[in-house]
Amino acid sequence: MIGYLIRRFIQAIIVVIGVTIITFILLHLLPGNPVRAILGTHASFQAVKQLTDEYGFNKPLPIQYFIWLGNLVHLNLGFSYKQNQPVLALLSQRIPKTLFLVGVSLILAILLAIPAGMWQSVRRNKPDDYVGTGLIFIFYSMPTFWLGLLLIVVFSEYLNWFPSEAPQDQLGLLSQLNGMVLPVVTLTLVTLALFTRYMRSSMLEQSIQDYVRTARAKGVSRRAVLFKHILRNALIPVITLIGLSIPGVLSGAVVTETVFNYPGMGLLFYQAAEADDFPVLLGVTVVVAIATVIGNLIADILYAVVDPRIRYVS
Amino acid sequence: MSTTGQISPVDVDPTGFGLRGGELMPEGGEGYHSGSAWRMVLRVFLENRLAIVGLAMILFMLLFSFVGPLIYHTQQVFNNPNIANHAPGAAHPLGTDPVGYDVLGRLMLGGQSSLEIGFAAALIAVGIGVIWGAAAGLVGGIIDAVMMRIVDALLAIPFLFALIVLGAIFTTSIPELIIVIGFVAWLVPARLVRGETLSLRVREYVQAVRVMGGGTRRILFRHIIPNTIGTIVVNATFQVADAILYVATLSYLGLGVPPPATNWGGQLSNGLSYVFAGYWWLIYPAGIAIVLTVVAFNFVGDALRDALEVRLQSR
Repeated sequence: MIGYLIRRFIQAIIVVIGVTIITFILLHLLPGNPVRAILGTHASFQAVKQLTDEYGFNKPLPIQYFIWLGNLVHLNLGFSYKQNQPVLALLSQRIPKTLFLVGVSLILAILLAIPAGMWQSVRRNKPDDYVGTGLIFIFYSMPTFWLGLLLIVVFSEYLNWFPSEAPQDQLGLLSQLNGMVLPVVTLTLVTLALFTRYMRSSMLEQSIQDYVRTARAKGVSRRAVLFKHILRNALIPVITLIGLSIPGVLSGAVVTETVFNYPGMGLLFYQAAEADDFPVLLGVTVVVAIATVIGNLIADILYAVVDPRIRYVS
Repeated sequence: MSTTGQISPVDVDPTGFGLRGGELMPEGGEGYHSGSAWRMVLRVFLENRLAIVGLAMILFMLLFSFVGPLIYHTQQVFNNPNIANHAPGAAHPLGTDPVGYDVLGRLMLGGQSSLEIGFAAALIAVGIGVIWGAAAGLVGGIIDAVMMRIVDALLAIPFLFALIVLGAIFTTSIPELIIVIGFVAWLVPARLVRGETLSLRVREYVQAVRVMGGGTRRILFRHIIPNTIGTIVVNATFQVADAILYVATLSYLGLGVPPPATNWGGQLSNGLSYVFAGYWWLIYPAGIAIVLTVVAFNFVGDALRDALEVRLQSR
């Protein structure tokens, strides 16, 4: 177990380093001189030279990378000239809000997907399965922004139950829970569709295993087999799949935040992309990537805890 | 029921979980099924009603987008603000958009773009992914570890983030859009193919090829890849679905193709500001088109996967 943990951990660190390299390369793929991008095209030669020296843009790339890495480790993610704030400050404002959105949606999606997937696997090929699967497919195939827009049109415009914009004030999102409903529902529905599919196919995979046949042959009731054997074994791969789908949920969060004007990290990212605010873009990318790696690591560790077989095999 | 009308073991349901006996075959059993493995795949695939529906919808969309404009002529290049935002009527079955284009014609044109980009991006993604994954799996050792760490690192960045950053860097045009999506989406097939390669590597026939003096390239192209075709095709189907969604999302975010070219996602984003004024025909057709197409590909992909699993079980 310890060996597996150590190996996984080292892997995660290597991946994080890889992510920083990739992000750094992206930073330098940008067209034009980054200093000009910051200062504008009419900057004086002196200003350009000063900033270049200050930022070390004229040093060889590997050295620049290590300087940047050093900054990262000290949590200095750069400065956004478009918003006139350090990137870290912007992020620390926005991250909790996105965490809330993503967290609530994830939890709701998992809680709903498990029974839904179970039910679908048991009622396989009966009419209610087709209806259920059909609905899930439709939610799964919708662009997230379209689902959000549909919800706005139906619940905001026609029914006027919920506002179409998320609460904007700095005091906190909980001040106006009304506005939180639609964004959370949107993200939850899309994630739920994905997780239900995973759950259903995992349950089906387990249902055809030999131990199920044995249990039934011994006389164990369908219900007991379902809950005590199939469910537990089916949950195991689903854990990893959930961990792996965290980047997807984050992507969905970006779109949801854009649709509902939700003041989170995703919206920040989108606005930065529109404004060509590259320090922010890359700061967010690095943070998100590292969060993903941590998420996967946790999922894998959970998986190892729950399923002893893989500790010895891999 | 089997075609002869007799009850065969394929139709029995031992555990009461709704799975027929044929699907409980242990690995290696072949006896109850007739025909080659591929014929069985086809049979299971065609039995799945959703798959048929999916195929029909894809066919319809292709015909609609590419053959439609030949039948239903509309003007798509010059805009005509005089007839902007007309509700659906006799002259324009789906109304007109804010600059005067006929919406139905726009839908067809958008379909061409969306489908083209979807297929092309999926092709690139699968192409790169298969070669990378198979090579990594086959070569093994340190090179495999490095290649897979690169994949892991790239996977850590959510697709949309990468797409947005790349879209902000590179100017948008259809070829660039295709490349950008392909370059982001190849990671999943790479992982899948590597896994399959690893398990195929230890099969006897691969070892036999080596003993007979066959090199790695031969094994790769004549043995490994043909045997992973099943997984690859399933993944390719889902890639097309995902690519269409990505294009739609990118266009919505403003990183799509500039007018007069269009795709369904762009139509959605253009029509957004008008939906609250009641111009429903500006967004619902495009949105429904996207959903139907993506659902169709998902049906087909799912059915393919189910069909291939049956084959695996009787291998």
